[in-house]
Amino acid sequence: MMRALLFALLAFFAALAAAHKPSDSYLGVTVAGDAVRGQWDIALRDLDFAIGLDSNGNGEITWGELRARQSEIDAYALSRLTVALDGNACQPRVTEHLVDNHSDGAYAVLRFEAPCAKAGAVLTLGYNLFFDLDPQHKGLLRLEFDGATRTAIFSPDAAQQRFELTKPSRITQFFDYGREGVWHIWIGFDHILFLLSLLLPAVLVITHHQWRAVERFKTAFWDVLKIVTAFTVAHSITLSLAALGVISLPTRLTESAIALSVVLAALNNIFPLFQRRRWMVAFGFGLIHGFGFASVLADLGLPRDALLLALVGFNLGVEAGQLAIVAVFLPVAFGLRRSWFYRRVVLIGGSALISLLAAVWFVERAFNLKVLGF
Amino acid sequence: MKYCAYAALCGVLLAGTVAVAAAPFVPRTDDEVLEHLPFRPNDPVVREINGLRRQLAENPQNLQIALQLARSYFAQAGGQSDPRYVGYAQAALKPWWDMAQPPAAVLLMRATLRQYGHDFTNALADLDAALKSNPADIDALSLRADINLVTGDYATSRQDCERMAPYVTALTNAGCITFIEGMTGRARQSHDALLASMNRTKTVNPDQRLWILTRLAEMAWRLNEPALAEAHFKSALALNIADGFLLAAYADFLIDYGRLQEVLVLLKDWSRADPLLLRLTLAGQMTAAKTFPEHQVALAARYAAARMRGDTTHEQEESRFSLVVMKQPQEALRLALSNWRVQREPRDARAVLEAALALKDAAAAKPVLDWMAQTGIEDWYLRRLAAQLVPAGAAK
Repeated sequence: MMRALLFALLAFFAALAAAHKPSDSYLGVTVAGDAVRGQWDIALRDLDFAIGLDSNGNGEITWGELRARQSEIDAYALSRLTVALDGNACQPRVTEHLVDNHSDGAYAVLRFEAPCAKAGAVLTLGYNLFFDLDPQHKGLLRLEFDGATRTAIFSPDAAQQRFELTKPSRITQFFDYGREGVWHIWIGFDHILFLLSLLLPAVLVITHHQWRAVERFKTAFWDVLKIVTAFTVAHSITLSLAALGVISLPTRLTESAIALSVVLAALNNIFPLFQRRRWMVAFGFGLIHGFGFASVLADLGLPRDALLLALVGFNLGVEAGQLAIVAVFLPVAFGLRRSWFYRRVVLIGGSALISLLAAVWFVERAFNLKVLGF
Repeated sequence: MKYCAYAALCGVLLAGTVAVAAAPFVPRTDDEVLEHLPFRPNDPVVREINGLRRQLAENPQNLQIALQLARSYFAQAGGQSDPRYVGYAQAALKPWWDMAQPPAAVLLMRATLRQYGHDFTNALADLDAALKSNPADIDALSLRADINLVTGDYATSRQDCERMAPYVTALTNAGCITFIEGMTGRARQSHDALLASMNRTKTVNPDQRLWILTRLAEMAWRLNEPALAEAHFKSALALNIADGFLLAAYADFLIDYGRLQEVLVLLKDWSRADPLLLRLTLAGQMTAAKTFPEHQVALAARYAAARMRGDTTHEQEESRFSLVVMKQPQEALRLALSNWRVQREPRDARAVLEAALALKDAAAAKPVLDWMAQTGIEDWYLRRLAAQLVPAGAAK
């Protein structure tokens, strides 16, 4: 009779405590031509359950114990994975043994390659690891082909899956990189602050060491247009050169220089040196900012066969993002330009704040320190 | 990382990604310990299980051995709070698992494993089938009463309790009925009746006592009687049975009453279990504990891993994590509402109300507010949240 309530206990407990983690393996597969390469992370706990790893029975698995069973592990795992391109089987072979830690413990990492007879348009993967021992086990696939990543989940009900290896269309690729460009100017605070520092005085003009509001919108508009164009042309040049691998500068140097450019651009509003020729400042420093964008693009990875397309897409994205900022800034600044608030608080106060923030960035980047945490 | 202007968020995301997919390495020496197993191979539990495994391997069609092995595994899933054992239990039942009409004992086990994964619909179908062949199957009735309670079907849950009443002890019956009445407007009476029934019963096994004390503590807590709740929790802890549900409930209680240091001490060795790691992280955040950043990253990584495999059993807890730790009320509300469609216990209601309150979005909390009105649940905390969300006099 006690059994009934005991059951209740388990049921409730289970409902709350889906703890630890169910069994998963992580399978990364990259297809390039007729070469299929992969990395398979398999939990040591699962391998221990399947073939026993704890040879000395002390409840711990050491690297030595794992190494001793390596060939058995390879045979066990690879016999449960099939790879085929266009129906032609490719025989996987382990090339490297490593270890990795995931959120729930240590995993054996098998790097493998599966040479195929020839390239193909359809990849078929058959996954049967551990399903006999644990039907809730899942294989989490990350498939990379031609710069695009897909994910899929293998389970006993979906043990065999086929993937069309179609390249993303050129248009999609173009817009993808465009979107990345927009996004990176918006979250790249240093670029925005640099641009704003140069734009803030665009609705003003200095006469007799005094800031005065410009009379006509056209004046401010042309000033902004010159600055933005100069900045754009400059960073497009260096972005392209860096992305194409023509020039390469150490990141620490370019990132520090970018921070410094923000300091100088902001200080120029408080102690004006360049008033009429701010577009030249925009051009000069824009060359440096281009390297900053290039490092982002490098992180994204450029498709080899659509390099130019991606580059232009990314660049246009950056410009579009920039124009959106200008489109918001200019009308507001023009509207406020006659106020004491704009001239003292926004221009002087804002520039002081920007230069201070950028100075901290400069110190962080130049000396590899962590002050602000971002 | 200048592009990461949203410093905290980005830090966690990055660290989370790193934790999920850190760089693989070659260990330096053969002695390097990579993994600690839950058991040594000569542990009695493992020996028993391995014995059954061998017997079943020799005779995979032997239902008795298969069931015994499945039960042993499932007991480990509870005791170790480790879902891997649920899969092992399922594997033991492989020849019967996909049958439309398996034997009643398999139906019961299949229902048990299915409800563990929050597949309540199929679990209930299994139990209905089992009860069709044997209407007096108390295990099936008991589990169905539990599931109906968790999913908020109180009338059916009550029927199940009444149907099993003739076959179970007075205490089991009292437990069944008072869990329901405690949620539906008779909290005080239910608490007292259950306590009296337990005190009247001469022999109560420790597991049953633990469970009843935990539920009594929750009832007292809902009635805002912290001293009484504390006494029940303490009695339950004094039984010295490792129980994740009890620890989670007690930790929540301590957090509610601001006793955060005690949470850090209570759970310091329990970070492997996600529900308990959540409580550690919450208490760590509020006390700026040294362990907090590490716990936050680990928990974010575990939720990410669960999402990758399409697992939604964490939603209620992930909602709390999103709201309190990540400060993402929108995401918290989405998770809490999604969870509410499956589970309807006070803690599930609370997740919805807290997220809705952070967004000042009373309309989003309507399903929960309606549920509170229908059940008449006496829970001072839920009522306070509801009152903040829909101030008195405001049109509902």
